[in-house]
Amino acid sequence: MTTEIITAPQRQRRPLILWAGLILVGLHVFAGLLSLIWLPYDPTAMAGGRLEGPSLLHWVGTDRLGRDLFTQMMIGSRIALTVGLGAVAIGAVIGVTLGILSAFATRWLDDALAATLDILIAFPTLLIAMLVVAASDTANLWSAIIALGIALSAIVARLTRILAKRVLVMDYITAARTSGSSWPKIVAIHILPNIWPTLAVNFALQFGLAVIAEASLSYLGLGAPPPNASWGRILQEAQGTVYTAPLGAIAPGIALVSLAIGVNLLADGLRDFIDPTRRAR
Amino acid sequence: MLLRLLPGDPANALLGVGATEQQIAAARAQVGSDQPLAVQFVSFLGNIARLDLGTSFVSRASVLEEIGNRMSVTLPLTFMGFFIALILAVPLGILAAVRSEKWYGTAISVISQLGIAIPVFWVGILLVTLFSINLRWLPSGGFPLKGWANFGEAITGMILPALTIGLVMGASLLRYVRAATLDVLGSDYLRTARALGASFPEALIRHGLRNGAVPVISILGIELASTFLGAVVIERVFSLPGLGSMLLLAIQQRDYPNVQGVLFISTLLVLLIGFAADIAQRLIDPRLRSTGSARE
Repeated sequence: MTTEIITAPQRQRRPLILWAGLILVGLHVFAGLLSLIWLPYDPTAMAGGRLEGPSLLHWVGTDRLGRDLFTQMMIGSRIALTVGLGAVAIGAVIGVTLGILSAFATRWLDDALAATLDILIAFPTLLIAMLVVAASDTANLWSAIIALGIALSAIVARLTRILAKRVLVMDYITAARTSGSSWPKIVAIHILPNIWPTLAVNFALQFGLAVIAEASLSYLGLGAPPPNASWGRILQEAQGTVYTAPLGAIAPGIALVSLAIGVNLLADGLRDFIDPTRRAR
Repeated sequence: MLLRLLPGDPANALLGVGATEQQIAAARAQVGSDQPLAVQFVSFLGNIARLDLGTSFVSRASVLEEIGNRMSVTLPLTFMGFFIALILAVPLGILAAVRSEKWYGTAISVISQLGIAIPVFWVGILLVTLFSINLRWLPSGGFPLKGWANFGEAITGMILPALTIGLVMGASLLRYVRAATLDVLGSDYLRTARALGASFPEALIRHGLRNGAVPVISILGIELASTFLGAVVIERVFSLPGLGSMLLLAIQQRDYPNVQGVLFISTLLVLLIGFAADIAQRLIDPRLRSTGSARE
């Protein structure tokens, strides 16, 4: 078996994964952006009978108050994307800063930080987020985003720390130090460019985690309050009427899963696209 | 303790909206929230050492007793889910790796990818729709008031929630089992064993199992801990009176002793599970015993 035989189909397969991810995420981005300027129905008004089945007027039917479910799912896309982007941005800023600091810190400070991160990571993202939400007096979209961002930052920090340490032992870092480069300059020129491909892939994965965790928070009643139609809250409301209108409990779930799979595929495709060592193979 | 630093006095939770100043002061003295935070913290540590987790602000019941009651739901649920995950993930994961070039090997690994993209509560809702509503085989939720004294009803109430946990956890576990098996399959020692005349299954069981188990067990620890804490969501889907619903209710009611108690016991269990996974790894892999834990 020669190398060509193995790699040829893989080279074909990889862009396919990237494209599939792009299309799935793109659909949600389109629906989310469109929901800002146009919606099929008023999301808070009765648009039809209660718990109607799917029809040409209401593509996935109506909920128990007669509101159009497809309209709510479009808003759900927007909320999910906002949560994902917000949480990853917060997690990235806190996590990368802590990770770099830890990689540069003195031995005992580094050990203390690493041990704290290990313990934090042992707790599920959702539990940490629940506590932060519970701590802020009123649950809203921002408390959920901040909570998830904080929970994700521990994972980012640990990854950054490991990656940065790996770069720090390289000869070119020693060379940069002896030639008089300052630490901030070394971080900006040598460390960040070297670690960002791996971090970017990780951010895509965390985006998916954040979307699922927000849905769970909303499902538990700790997410954005009504009338913000988060997929988790739509599902929680639909669970009560699943006997008469099963589609209401299925369609938002499919939307949620398709976005989560989309970003995961995107991460997989991206990994090979931005990592030159893999691309060359 | 973190919660105490936040706005919102627990004394307010004890009283209704129209409480007088005197009533608030009396309530504060009663729950101890009029003391400085440092004093509250020290007395909390002292109580923990005596395993006294205090009494609930809302129900006045002993926190430890309440946790004990709730554990009788959460622990069996966690272990049943864990067991289902194991019997799904280990054989299927090995199969997916050994037969990775066959269509069913690929199918198994593609389906397991769904495991990280599906929220556990939605799997629960789908299973309820299928098994309780369409097929009418199992109850859609609830737990008998008498608990395990009513064994038949208790166990049927547990099946769907445990299956939900088992499926989702099994899918993510499967990916690790598959990766570990692929590592073993590509290893030199397996090739050597085959060259020395061992049959393929023989070599896999004799040399592969131990080597493949080490990374899987460290994941098992994390998965078991996250299942235990993830029970919050499952218990809500199936309205089970477990530790998760206790925590959720306590957070909503600002019932600090209950929140603290559940967190304390959960942390303890998470650390214990991690410790147990560490020991299990050392028992299986003698190399880890001599060098100690090598951390990057």
